Amino acid sequence: MSEYIPRYQGSVTKYIFVESPEMTPQDLAVRAYEISGGAMIKETCFGLQVTGTADEVGKIIVALRELDPDHIFVKDRGFPPGDPRRCRANLGGARPGFFGHEFEISLIRHVSYGLHALTGRNETSIPHPPSPSTEKKLDLDKLKKLLDAQEP
Amino acid sequence: MAKVFIYPATSLILSDLVARFGHTPLSAAQSIREHIQTAGLESPPLQISPEDPKKGLKYAAVEVPSGVRGRMSLYGPMIEDADAGIIIHDADLAFGCMGCARTNELIVFLLKKRNIPLLELSYPVNDEEGAEFVAAIRDFLTRLGGVK
Repeated sequence: MSEYIPRYQGSVTKYIFVESPEMTPQDLAVRAYEISGGAMIKETCFGLQVTGTADEVGKIIVALRELDPDHIFVKDRGFPPGDPRRCRANLGGARPGFFGHEFEISLIRHVSYGLHALTGRNETSIPHPPSPSTEKKLDLDKLKKLLDAQEP
Repeated sequence: MAKVFIYPATSLILSDLVARFGHTPLSAAQSIREHIQTAGLESPPLQISPEDPKKGLKYAAVEVPSGVRGRMSLYGPMIEDADAGIIIHDADLAFGCMGCARTNELIVFLLKKRNIPLLELSYPVNDEEGAEFVAAIRDFLTRLGGVK
């Protein structure tokens, strides 16, 4: 078994997603390259991946968010870009985690609308949040009675 | 600044909103990063070591599939560390094999058992629900002592 040598030790990687009618990942990448300093910027189809020290990455994210705050979303990533355990260049097919992002990106326009709308509303005009289903499941005692009734 | 465990632990929306409103999201990425950046991980190219299922024994019994225990070795310490939690129910992306599905059930159970402030929601499916969704998260995080 070969020795394991971690890459980019001590670094932080963040995904920056942009889902905006006014901004593309390329626009975001150009701005990120301008202010990147020593951080590594990787442009993707959905936005960027930024890898560097926590401070560097934090500063870049603050600056990029200002461009379109309601349409830029940030998330931590565990693996650095190009890691052979995750990179689809090595694995083929969609990257693990892609389907989660695909699902949430399909809903994120509603969140963007919410972020935008909330700035113009007072607290009393906000209705209750979507709550999980309160449909009652089968009661354990009832299930036991049903089972008992089936026994000869 | 509170540490807020998010479920699904890989959620982009929750991770962003928690950080946006001034708190620290506890997501899968942080524990995985810590794991893979530690020299001496014994079984490359995998990102789990034989020790991990043993750590998971604290959260799930030995009869439970090792996949659950391996996953709990990542999520369990974060749940213990969390000051609050946000749960999205019936998330389409949080499905999977027995390992994933049982881990998901166990995560929700452990979060509820800890008696920390919890917010339970569903994903928004239209714009108005989006506003309600964001408002609920903002209010919940503000009550925790948010900065915004």
